[in-house]
Amino acid sequence: MNWLSNNLDLVLELTIQHLRLAVIPIVLGFIISVPLGYVAYRYRLTRGILLTIAGLLYTIPSLALLIVLPAITGISVFSDLNLIIALTIYAVAIMARSVADALASVDPGVRQAATAMGYSSWRRFWTVEFPLAGPVMLAGLRVVAVSTIALVTVGILVGVESLGYLFTNGFQRRILLEVLTGVVMTMVLALVVDFLLARVGRLVMPWSRPQRASQRQVAAATAEAVL
Amino acid sequence: MSIEFRGVSKRFADGTLAVEDFSLVVPSRSITVLVGSSGCGKTTLLRMINRMVEPTAGSILIDDADISEESPVALRRRIGYVMQNSGLLPHRKVIDNVATVPLLNGVPKKQAQSAALTLLDTVGLDRSLADRYPSQLSGGQQQRVGVARGLAANPNILLMDEPFGAVDPIVRAELQTETLRLQRELDKTVVFVTHDIDEAFLLGDQVVILQKGGRIAQQGSPAEILAAPADDFVAEFVGADRGRRVLSIQQVDGVDILVDGDGRPAGRLGGSATGRRITETARIDETKAGARTASGAPAQGERAS
Amino acid sequence: MNLFLDAFLWLFSPDRLAGANAIPVRLGEHLFFTFFAFLIASAIAVPVGFLIGHTGKGREIAVAVSGAARALPSFGLILLLVMIIGVLQIAPAVTIALVLLAIPSILAGAYSGLEAVDRRTIDAARAVGMTEWQILTKVEIPLGLPLLISGMRSGMLQIVATATLAAYVGLGGLGYDILQGIAIRRYDQTLGGALVVVILALLLDTIFGILEHLVVPRGVRLGRTAGSGEKRTGRGSSRRPGVDGPEQAATASASLVGSGPS
Repeated sequence: MNWLSNNLDLVLELTIQHLRLAVIPIVLGFIISVPLGYVAYRYRLTRGILLTIAGLLYTIPSLALLIVLPAITGISVFSDLNLIIALTIYAVAIMARSVADALASVDPGVRQAATAMGYSSWRRFWTVEFPLAGPVMLAGLRVVAVSTIALVTVGILVGVESLGYLFTNGFQRRILLEVLTGVVMTMVLALVVDFLLARVGRLVMPWSRPQRASQRQVAAATAEAVL
Repeated sequence: MSIEFRGVSKRFADGTLAVEDFSLVVPSRSITVLVGSSGCGKTTLLRMINRMVEPTAGSILIDDADISEESPVALRRRIGYVMQNSGLLPHRKVIDNVATVPLLNGVPKKQAQSAALTLLDTVGLDRSLADRYPSQLSGGQQQRVGVARGLAANPNILLMDEPFGAVDPIVRAELQTETLRLQRELDKTVVFVTHDIDEAFLLGDQVVILQKGGRIAQQGSPAEILAAPADDFVAEFVGADRGRRVLSIQQVDGVDILVDGDGRPAGRLGGSATGRRITETARIDETKAGARTASGAPAQGERAS
Repeated sequence: MNLFLDAFLWLFSPDRLAGANAIPVRLGEHLFFTFFAFLIASAIAVPVGFLIGHTGKGREIAVAVSGAARALPSFGLILLLVMIIGVLQIAPAVTIALVLLAIPSILAGAYSGLEAVDRRTIDAARAVGMTEWQILTKVEIPLGLPLLISGMRSGMLQIVATATLAAYVGLGGLGYDILQGIAIRRYDQTLGGALVVVILALLLDTIFGILEHLVVPRGVRLGRTAGSGEKRTGRGSSRRPGVDGPEQAATASASLVGSGPS
């Protein structure tokens, strides 16, 4: 306990730094994924290509991606930006598919009804399809958030400091509690963000609560995103 | 192969009482139809016969032997079961689906398959469909395969759980006619569950109208029930109160036309005007005007539920 | 692109083929730990997943466990286990970490594969007199196999990626060159090592992808193409009664009259 009480400031500082490194890719990933997911949902050919590329990108082990990226972008391996780009790529790889699935889950009857009432396709997308795709998209976003927060720690191997710092530092100094603190704090951070996202989702999408069918769809979407 | 329910009750784990103190004798070699709205316990009753559902009280006997003493698996293999949506195994060809039970019973594959081919003839399917997968068949064809599978072990008892509920009305009318033909040929003890009173009257030798909790509102032949509905519930359920079963004759251009209580034409009278003939003429007209009858069926179902 | 050229030059230099640090040796280490951990993880997760999927019991726990596992930082877990089990027991400690990390995906694949099987199909199988074992082996497993393989695929990729990080605790493997290259500022070595890891991951992913496709039962695959078309028309036709509903209902009730015996 001694180490922890002496280093509360450090843990707090690293947690904030960790959160910063995670939130940027999560938000960027979501913003990029909406148009990509829409294109994948709308056109059959692009769906195959986009989802294949997303799948391949997701396959690349994190440490390897952190190393290979700078060779393409020219950014330093050891910079925050490099880590953020890598994590954004993973976020998009999960989220684009999630958005495409979410849009496909919207009842075609509702879509047709909106068209029949005279919605333009732009308006229909933002006011009908996008909100109705919300629950499934949120499920994907929660997967992205949790895995991004866990992945940030790998950055320490290329010198980007986060809660991962506690892993290497604790390991070198043989302080078990330090490593444990790093692991636990990372998980707590992930679960808190996940919980908040679920809460916000329920507030913003009150219609998504009672429907059991859509819940099952969300569960399936989560399962699919995991697999 | 008579089936007897003796004071059977079923309370599900969540506390709902699906069936309460139900007693009934299903006579051998005839069709007994359990009919009622959703939630009346008809499917629960049917599924108790092959122990897919275990009663919480009472007993069920097949030829005076209590089925609770037989292993469920053995019992199910000697009772045919046909369900809505066919329940075929999507990863097996039609022929293997039909042969499922004989294969489970250890019949050699070749023998089971040739028997299955014969069964395809019996249910009116072309043998060329044998190598197809269920997903390659139409709904009506799948249902026929389901019936063939139910018959494959040559069971004396056949349970049919709303088998034609999911097919379109025209195909349903066809399958109903086929069921009557099959029963004439095969002479099984059939228990048939439906929410469609017209289907019940068409197929049933004995019709059992059920209310919530598996309470028998009335049982008897279709004619008996129509002649004397036991109470207002039955009268409304069979449609007697709204006059759609009360037919009268009107002459149009010298031809006798049957009209119902609301004055809508229902059919045309041929030959002598005995009650039985009227029925049959009405039925024949229906079959001829297949589409008309057919499109009527769902509306009927809605009314019943 | 010069950087890649350097990496390839490093990769294909004769030194890489011989000695204790040769690529084939590193690859062998990597693959050994990967497959060993994968086999153990599968041996645990597949039966448990089938049990959960077949009985429906313990599902909530499994979902919670896989959810929490996603939040688990894999690198931290390796260091933690090495420190707990002992710095002299690196291989078992790392293997345990790899197994723990792969289990949730494989478990999820196993139970969700079984869960995805149409309840009516299973109900029918039971009704025709299949025993529970027959239902599991003849219906649920064949139909649930694609999702199981999909879960194994993610489990395998998780292991391959995490095994790379295990070089940090001195286990060797393909991560060795990446980390050593960083330490001694030799980017060609780092990038070369990373490229081998990428290729290995893509290769394994492709193999599992093909496998996943192969285990889809023929009847199901045919149904998917036929079914997707059918579904579309099905959707259309199921919509139609809604559109001209009142009219149809009217003709329906009119044509019904007198259909029973009187």
